[in-house]
Amino acid sequence: MKLKKIIINKTKFNIIIERLSHQIIENHADFQDSVLIGIQPRGAHLCKRIHNKLTSITSNSNIKVGNLDITFYRDDFRRRQEPLEPQAIDIDFAIEGKNVVLIDDVLYTGRSVRAALDALLAFGRPKSVELLVFIDRRFSRHLPIQPNYVGKKVDTITSEKVIVEWMETDGKDQVILLNSEK
Amino acid sequence: MDGNRRKRPSNIVKFRKMSRLSVEHLLGIKYLTEQDISLIFNTADNFKKIINQPIKKVPSLRDITVANLFFENSTRTKLSFELAEKRLSADVVNFSSSASSVKKGETLIDTVNNIIAMKVDMVVIRHPSPGASIFLSRNIDAKIINAGDGTHEHPTQALLDAYSIREKYGEVKGKKVVIIGDILHSRVALSNIYCLQKLGADVCVCGPSTLIPKYISTLGVKHISNLKDALNWCDIANVLRIQLERQDVKYFPSLREYAMVFGINKAILNSLDKEITIMHPGPINRGVELTSDVADSKQAIILDQVENGVAIRMATLYLLAGKIKKNAK
Repeated sequence: MKLKKIIINKTKFNIIIERLSHQIIENHADFQDSVLIGIQPRGAHLCKRIHNKLTSITSNSNIKVGNLDITFYRDDFRRRQEPLEPQAIDIDFAIEGKNVVLIDDVLYTGRSVRAALDALLAFGRPKSVELLVFIDRRFSRHLPIQPNYVGKKVDTITSEKVIVEWMETDGKDQVILLNSEK
Repeated sequence: MDGNRRKRPSNIVKFRKMSRLSVEHLLGIKYLTEQDISLIFNTADNFKKIINQPIKKVPSLRDITVANLFFENSTRTKLSFELAEKRLSADVVNFSSSASSVKKGETLIDTVNNIIAMKVDMVVIRHPSPGASIFLSRNIDAKIINAGDGTHEHPTQALLDAYSIREKYGEVKGKKVVIIGDILHSRVALSNIYCLQKLGADVCVCGPSTLIPKYISTLGVKHISNLKDALNWCDIANVLRIQLERQDVKYFPSLREYAMVFGINKAILNSLDKEITIMHPGPINRGVELTSDVADSKQAIILDQVENGVAIRMATLYLLAGKIKKNAK
């Protein structure tokens, strides 16, 4: 795959995280019954960033955060060439009656989010579930799923790929667009 | 934007790691690589979390049918496989030879072919003849998991034993494991030897010389004939049952004498200068190979083994099911 362009650079990247955090605070105020859940593996990075940001803005160090692995709930098991390797689940609290903010990096077909909703039920019945994504690849949904908080909307075609890169794993905070055509 | 930035390494696309086993069936530990074993362990870690959640079920094997064919008695293994299958949402059919047409003279391959004709994707088989699962894998179009074939192998037991050691000690490598008891008739012993050695553990056997296979040294396994020496040497003792049902001649004078020479009791454990871990694949004959106070002590991780068994079996079922083609049916 070839790099086509950088959609979001480092400066803009941090501004978006700041904005998303403020939007969450607007709706959740004191985080009494709210939890943040990142979808493994890439949503977990975003979840951690947002959590750090929320902690520093609100100086509330008790905001609950967890990561959810959806490998066993996916609907493409055996339809892929190779099975995906599962990641860790670390949710050490019940989500019964909680307001859940589900966090992922890129929203594309909506299938991961569907699997995440399914996986989430194993931990109880949440009061509400909201979806936060960094990139919304709109007009490419296979399922009726829409985000509540969006970092940036992008218009892409199927042969393109959007990658959110993280300082921790990729050495740089940025969002890039890749193109499979030579 | 600036042109220089476009020059990036080609491995830029770092998606989730893909993984698969090197084998098509789980017939024995002998055929697995070290990578396969660690893949099964890592997958089992996830399933162990799942079976401790409020809802213990995942939909992964929704469209898979598994037949459990038990031509030999079993409690733990059968329940463990059935639970693992159900927690993966597979459809399960059970079969035991005592209540079947095998009694009417049907051959193994006919029995299994009839079951496969009912659109079964995976077969878990326990059979008294060594090699039964290998024979099936060559003749049947389904994924085969060996749940014990005679005195040959019992791979999932060995995997869960090694997994339990890994869970308790962090890693298997460098650990000293002694397998005590009826090695000659034990499929658990053979699979354990293969598995532990592949993971870098040191394995010895201990028991009456008549119950030690003649060629055990060709596997790189030492025989320690004195129980106390063996226990002093090891970190972990895996204690096996005396399989009287497989013994066609008398291998030792009496069970009572066996218990006196090779039975593990609290006194002998207390006389050691370290605390070793006791494992047992079950069923235990209390008072023979283990006394009750040892079997129920906190040194024994026998019930942890049973819990890990479900996670290990979920992992093997999941990884093998991943190899079934979607439209093969």
